[in-house]
Amino acid sequence: MPSPWPRPRSGSNRISAQQTLKGTEEENVSIFVDETTKVVIQGISPTSQGLYHGLRNKAYGTKVVGGTNPKRGGEVIEGIDVYSSVAEAVKETGATASFISVPPRGAADAIVEAAEAGIAFIVCITEGIPAQDEALAYNRLVRDFPDTRLLGPNCPGIISPGKCNIGITSGDIALAGGPVGIVSRSGTLTYQALHELSQQGIGQTTCVGIGGDPVPGTNFIDCLAAFEADPETKAVMMIGEIGGSEEERAAEFIANHVTKPVAAYVAGVTAPPGRKMGHAGAIISGSQGTAQAKMEALTAAGVFVTQNPTECGEKMVSIVRAFG
Amino acid sequence: MDLYEYQGKQYFARFGIPTSRGGVADTVDEAVAQADAAGYPVVVKAQVKVGGRGKAGGVKLADNADEARLHAGNILGLDIKGHVVKRLWIEHASDIEKEYYASFTLDRPNKLHLGMLSAEGGVEIEEVAVTNPDAIAMLHINPLDGLDEETAREWVARANLDPEAREQAATLLVRLYHCYVEGDCDLAEINPLILTPEGKVHALDAKVTLDENASYRHPEWEEYADDSDVDPREKMAKDRGLNYIGLSGSVGIIANGAGLAMSTLDVVTQAGGEAANFLDIGGGANADVMAAALEVINADPAVRSIFVNIFGGITRVDEVANGIIEAMRRVKLSSPVVMRLDGTNAAEGRALLADHLSDRLIAEPTMLDAARHAVALAQA
Repeated sequence: MPSPWPRPRSGSNRISAQQTLKGTEEENVSIFVDETTKVVIQGISPTSQGLYHGLRNKAYGTKVVGGTNPKRGGEVIEGIDVYSSVAEAVKETGATASFISVPPRGAADAIVEAAEAGIAFIVCITEGIPAQDEALAYNRLVRDFPDTRLLGPNCPGIISPGKCNIGITSGDIALAGGPVGIVSRSGTLTYQALHELSQQGIGQTTCVGIGGDPVPGTNFIDCLAAFEADPETKAVMMIGEIGGSEEERAAEFIANHVTKPVAAYVAGVTAPPGRKMGHAGAIISGSQGTAQAKMEALTAAGVFVTQNPTECGEKMVSIVRAFG
Repeated sequence: MDLYEYQGKQYFARFGIPTSRGGVADTVDEAVAQADAAGYPVVVKAQVKVGGRGKAGGVKLADNADEARLHAGNILGLDIKGHVVKRLWIEHASDIEKEYYASFTLDRPNKLHLGMLSAEGGVEIEEVAVTNPDAIAMLHINPLDGLDEETAREWVARANLDPEAREQAATLLVRLYHCYVEGDCDLAEINPLILTPEGKVHALDAKVTLDENASYRHPEWEEYADDSDVDPREKMAKDRGLNYIGLSGSVGIIANGAGLAMSTLDVVTQAGGEAANFLDIGGGANADVMAAALEVINADPAVRSIFVNIFGGITRVDEVANGIIEAMRRVKLSSPVVMRLDGTNAAEGRALLADHLSDRLIAEPTMLDAARHAVALAQA
């Protein structure tokens, strides 16, 4: 069956279309991860952030099958078996996903190591990776490991409530059972979005924090395509922010390919304009990246555009309640 | 981090990109000495991180030492769009046959490097992009492949650079690409890139933005540290490692995460107030960070109320609560604090603060309630 999505300009969309179609053939899908996802924590040590969040993810019910550390292979840290490499962890545990929270200077190599080991889904929450390293790692994945999906860097991760939580999201603010899919570019606003819905008793299918770095492995369009194809997701909540043109591109995709209702909030309506010295960026995006421009593009695409995260949550609640 | 023109040129020089002979001056006497060394005629150029220097009288040609002295005296201390000129760059004036434009930056939508080259340089390149887009030759570069001389030669031909400039321009572009990649630039831009009547190609200006995430592998960047133009509130915040932008309102804001901080500004505005600042305490903010943030906001005399908006992810709300308690012990806050705390360990955090609540430390259940309360206090 041919892809229903347009031929993408960049590599990332191609991956999503394949994965999305694959996903629709399975039962009880959430997007990108589910209760069978086996997670390995890269760069684990007794004092690492990875251990702290990995243990939280494990306590949530995520299948955390091991950790890696080249100097600690064979150790067991707080009940987690440590392997000296991702390849070894995959061989021993059948891990399908990895969680990276190592410091910036090692993060890009960690991403490539996971892909080389055959990991299908990589979550990298590391903040502060040089853009040159991100661009290199991303393009390495596109060229050599097209079946691997990277989420992040600099993102909060992904949670499919009741099934799997990889990253730093507090599991108790999410509510299982759907029907809302959430995609967000901002970390803390991702939690705010979950919180707004859960408080009203509205559950989520999957909540994806794509992060705000220059070269995100997974973008709005990837998630919108996956939510559109996911039978459990009935509506989508989208949180954007100022800068770049990802929201404008998402609006175009929604207009042409998304039939499910979408409510959106774009943070930074009142943000002071940034000081910019060079001019090349504005030429590429063809947009000033203002919240206003993004909101107009989304409105034109039929998205319910709201003024703050609470209003966005309320709009989503009313949409879901109208389903009956 | 944006570089001054002279720093950009010095950075270019590290990668073998030709620029004009010149030097830096902070006084009129130094300017004359630099002009003598560069050889007349010279151009005296204000060093400010803002465009439109020429129109503001910040770039002048001098044919001799007297003229150099006159212009340097006029330009030093000049206010260009709020930036006071403290430093000059004096360089030998070049005769210009042709002006081109060249830059490298990241094409974020396509996730590839993008080179832009135009035979129509020396003018606002955004204008060229609108009025004559065909005059800009774009070149997408996969970072895995890089830019080789052969591709650069095809590129300069496609951009219609003058035949006598092409070979030198191709070499220069490969070097500029190395500067952009190995030099960890977000932007490396030359406008104008010139061809002289003698047939030499070199950079007459330099716009370089460095990627601060890469500073750990560039110890040489330390010399670029610059806080001369910074708001004193921003300097205080920077010294404490905080991501702070000063604004003009009366509601001080502390939030974790850039998105939530921006959203906090949005709701304060919607509640009829105005934010005094943007302050993102980031992920993993502990008691020290929270205390430092409150100290910085407390030092701003315009602040009438402080809105602490925290949604814990990596940041644990109990640590934030300890930070608030610690800060109130360390600093006498002159404004009341309104808090909204949710997320990781929120219950523990709220429990810690329960005994400290008063009309100076107020807890609200939601972000909107807290915004309204903080705005009301600021306007009381």
